[in-house]
Amino acid sequence: MNPPLLSVRDLRRTYRSRAGLFGSGLVTRAVDGVSFEMTAGETLGLVGESGSGKSTTGRLVMGLEEPDGGNVVFAGTDLTAMTPAQRKPFRRRMQIVFQDPYAALNPRMRVGDFVAEPLLVHDVGGGAAERRDRVAELFRTVGLDPAFMQRFPHEFSGGQRQRVGIARAIALQPEFLVADEPITALDVSIQAQIVNLFQDLQERLGLALLFIAHDLSMVRYLCTRVAVMLRGRIVEAGPVEAVFADARHPYTRALLSAVPIPDPVRERGRKRLPFDAGGYTFPPGAALRDLGSGHLVLDGA
Amino acid sequence: MLEISDLSVGFSREGRFARVIPGLSYSLRRGETLGIVGESGSGKSVHALALLGLLPQPPGKVLGGQAIFRGEDLLTVPEARLRELRGGQIGVVFQDPMTALNPVLTVGRQIAEPLMRHKGMTRRQALDRATDLLALVGIRDAARRLSQFPHEFSGGMRQRVMIAIAISCEPALLIADEPTTALDVTVQGQILDLMAELRERLGMTMIWITHDMGVVAGIADTIQVMYAGRTMERGPVEAVFASPRSAYTWGLLQSLPHGARPPGGRLHQIPGQPPDMFNLPPGDPFAPRNPFATERCHVEAPPLRQVEGSVPGHLAAAWYDLPALLERAR
Ligand SMILES: Nc1ncnc2c1ncn2[C@@H]1O[C@H](COP(=O)(O)OP(=O)(O)OP(=O)(O)O)[C@@H](O)[C@H]1O
Ligand SMILES: Nc1ncnc2c1ncn2[C@@H]1O[C@H](COP(=O)(O)OP(=O)(O)OP(=O)(O)O)[C@@H](O)[C@H]1O
Ligand SMILES: [Mg+2]
Ligand SMILES: [Mg+2]
Repeated sequence: MNPPLLSVRDLRRTYRSRAGLFGSGLVTRAVDGVSFEMTAGETLGLVGESGSGKSTTGRLVMGLEEPDGGNVVFAGTDLTAMTPAQRKPFRRRMQIVFQDPYAALNPRMRVGDFVAEPLLVHDVGGGAAERRDRVAELFRTVGLDPAFMQRFPHEFSGGQRQRVGIARAIALQPEFLVADEPITALDVSIQAQIVNLFQDLQERLGLALLFIAHDLSMVRYLCTRVAVMLRGRIVEAGPVEAVFADARHPYTRALLSAVPIPDPVRERGRKRLPFDAGGYTFPPGAALRDLGSGHLVLDGA
Repeated sequence: MLEISDLSVGFSREGRFARVIPGLSYSLRRGETLGIVGESGSGKSVHALALLGLLPQPPGKVLGGQAIFRGEDLLTVPEARLRELRGGQIGVVFQDPMTALNPVLTVGRQIAEPLMRHKGMTRRQALDRATDLLALVGIRDAARRLSQFPHEFSGGMRQRVMIAIAISCEPALLIADEPTTALDVTVQGQILDLMAELRERLGMTMIWITHDMGVVAGIADTIQVMYAGRTMERGPVEAVFASPRSAYTWGLLQSLPHGARPPGGRLHQIPGQPPDMFNLPPGDPFAPRNPFATERCHVEAPPLRQVEGSVPGHLAAAWYDLPALLERAR
């Protein structure tokens, strides 16, 4: 086993909203003790309930938000113990594709400049002409016409914007990438192109990919391991095939039973297993237990 | 319920002009669910914005056509009337919830506002109803969530707020542009059930724009496949999935992952680059990427017409006979 490139230990983040119309403010334990490890070249799929803390986990790992507890160790260095200035050299090695492509783009910047920005900031990619070629190449890589470099974000369709975000994130050839729902707005052929691209980057550069997604068929296809989140916690994790073939947690089972099948006849006959995510209570003192060969399930399931 | 004929939309930029939708026609029966899939950038959102009078003009421009909704042409009714229809008889879920929601207003206020405007509810009634609606789309602790702002919601929760707003006034027509991309499949399933229920109870008609072939397979009566602003294929979902007649539809279905990845495996992707709308090739716009293209495809655009030997309403724009070509290639 390779030493982990990324090691996340007991990460926690709670949000407190101001008191509103209906009395007391809302306390949301968005991430409630999340731990996982990733090795170079590995793809971990992070799936789970909408609102279960996947994006928050991604932002905490990237250091875009401070955790309330826990740590993030990247390449042997504890990032959580560092000042933003000390973290700077790691920025280049860790990148993120945000879930909301429009919010992530700068509306007043031509998208070509937006993709070039990290090259400029980290002073790679040579002179202006070389940099332009590099950006054009990145555009082609994500299936965009380089002529689009001159455009502004509002001139794009949803999927075109999403690809601009991907082009920027891979510009510096990071070692680690958080991709938060990176392909949802893309047609399935371009999804295939991006997924193939991720695989190329893994094989060529050893990219480690944290793939946050709802498309479980794609997770099964792309990822080596998967972690399932529910209400801020990981309830099951393990090698993709082990989890898909032998899901143990009732939430994982419900999730897998709900995957739509791209075949009208079979899809209309499919039955979803019920699971009451709101009513579910975590067993007291529950912890992830290893069923063997790295297949973990929250105790009591 | 809705009859669109020859809708044509263009964009200009830097003195050049592109017809991103050169002339789109289709109609919907009451209670029908249309699933629109297709190339990223093929005009799915733009066509919906044009119907709703929300196209940014300029740089966009509706060049012509009609869209008759219950006897009124949406493309020519006065703006005031459109505003009345939008959020009332026509519910809308926009592709981008973060830009469609107002960042400085609470979620509760944004759900309550259309109820007060279109249904004449008091503030109190509207907020109560907003709580029910949030719960209906599966958001826990709904009452307390009402006083939060959009940025305090997760991506999928924002999408559900949009859905709650769109259905709040029990619309006759719902236009939903990738409404469930950020939802996990269990919540997505609940939302689809909710839609089926509204369709049953209110006879709601739906246009559901998505890239998820599984979702289309589950909810749509009719599927419409778009490429470069055109309908490449359209028909009852069973017929189109069982025997696609456009090479583009076929290419999409081929791109889907099945099971685990074999070592070193890659997903099928359609060769070539998406078209440049400012510089479209003559003929069938998909021809340059189509391994089955004939001479004729490169020079003459095929009309969308009934597929011989398939069920009525299965239409395709193709000069070639795809099933025969696939058979031969095997
Ligand atoms: N404001 C604009 N200015 C110029 N071009 C635009 C503008 N908005 C959209 N376009 C172009 O119009 C075409 C259709 O865009 P549209 O948003 O309808 O695509 P879409 O089918 O919804 O794609 P996606 O699946 O990626 O959301 C695209 O080529 C896009 O680049
Ligand atoms: N800035 C914030 N302020 C308050 N609450 C927040 C904030 N960001 C996230 N939350 C809350 O934290 C929880 C987790 O949100 P997060 O965005 O991480 O979920 P997610 O798993 O990515 O969901 P989705 O699949 O819907 O994108 C949610 O309950 C959300 O409302
Ligand atoms: Mg998220
Ligand atoms: Mg769109």
